[in-house]
Amino acid sequence: MKRHLISSLMCVALWLVAWLLPAGLAMALAIGQPIEFESEAQKRQYDTLVRELRCTVCQSETIHESNAELAADMRRRVYEMTLAGHDAGAIVDFMVQRYGDYVRYRPPLQANTALLWASPFLLLLVGCIVWWRMIVGRKRMALRPEFTEQERTTLQRIRSGE
Amino acid sequence: MSLRLLIPLIAMSALLGLLFIGLGMNSRDLPSPLVGKPAPAFELEALEDSSRMLSEQDFIGEVALVNVWATWCSTCRAEKPLLMELAGGGIPIHAFNYRDERDAALRYLSVSDNPYRTIAYDPSGDAGIDWGVYATPETYVLDAEGIIRYKRIGPLNRQLLLDEVLPLVEKLRAEKLRDEQRRNEARSVATS
Repeated sequence: MKRHLISSLMCVALWLVAWLLPAGLAMALAIGQPIEFESEAQKRQYDTLVRELRCTVCQSETIHESNAELAADMRRRVYEMTLAGHDAGAIVDFMVQRYGDYVRYRPPLQANTALLWASPFLLLLVGCIVWWRMIVGRKRMALRPEFTEQERTTLQRIRSGE
Repeated sequence: MSLRLLIPLIAMSALLGLLFIGLGMNSRDLPSPLVGKPAPAFELEALEDSSRMLSEQDFIGEVALVNVWATWCSTCRAEKPLLMELAGGGIPIHAFNYRDERDAALRYLSVSDNPYRTIAYDPSGDAGIDWGVYATPETYVLDAEGIIRYKRIGPLNRQLLLDEVLPLVEKLRAEKLRDEQRRNEARSVATS
């Protein structure tokens, strides 16, 4: 009986944790995040920009996802600049001037990133070449008569047990 | 036939080679776009005196280091003996006290050594963004004109100082001396 009570209590506790935890996390994300904008366009600009700028401390996250203090600073700066009427390009330039191209989550197409942008197409090209060569090779195999004269005599010799 | 077997081998070794180079690369060694540019402007209270305002002009004048530190940053604490040596050797070190509390910072400096000539108090990281600060500690080398000539993200160490920072400081000081001499000569020619 006592054991029953304990296990049902545990169940309730687990349910509570499962229900409250996501709410707690959502609140943690909302802390320090500016939410009031003067217009819908400003809100849209802020929302896209925080997803396009990299948190330079926790390198594989955007500043939108990151909990680092630097990311919070950068979000605040994006928010302030957006409210002050700067457009998206100006804000990205501002960050690039301070943190370098690395701060852009989507690398720009320029001379030093050309290979990066071209690499999927280069790989596709290599794949196509390999595939085409295999097709051609198979076709050539199919066109060949089954055995050459020499192979046939060899086979004949094997069959007769020489 | 042997060529066909060689191709995967070559491709595989090329891939392994690239991965091996990647292992040795430090993803935190990022080129700073600020190197070669003038020290970014800022206006902050002095750490010791909230009524005194500091600007980038307070950092400029001599070849100097600018160190970004905080009391919560244990690596900053670890590199401070090196900064003390540099300060003792006559290299001025200015600092940003970054995202810190004034009381904690002052208490910390009162119970340990203080290598800094001027300390700007930056509790919200405002100047930090303008100076492109990633994470403490960071150290910049400014020349006499206030141009950023070098930036180190992460702690200093003796080897780095001997190999990079001190030779650079020597070079910049020599440059400054040469400029001054040239200016004096020009002046004496103009007056004679």
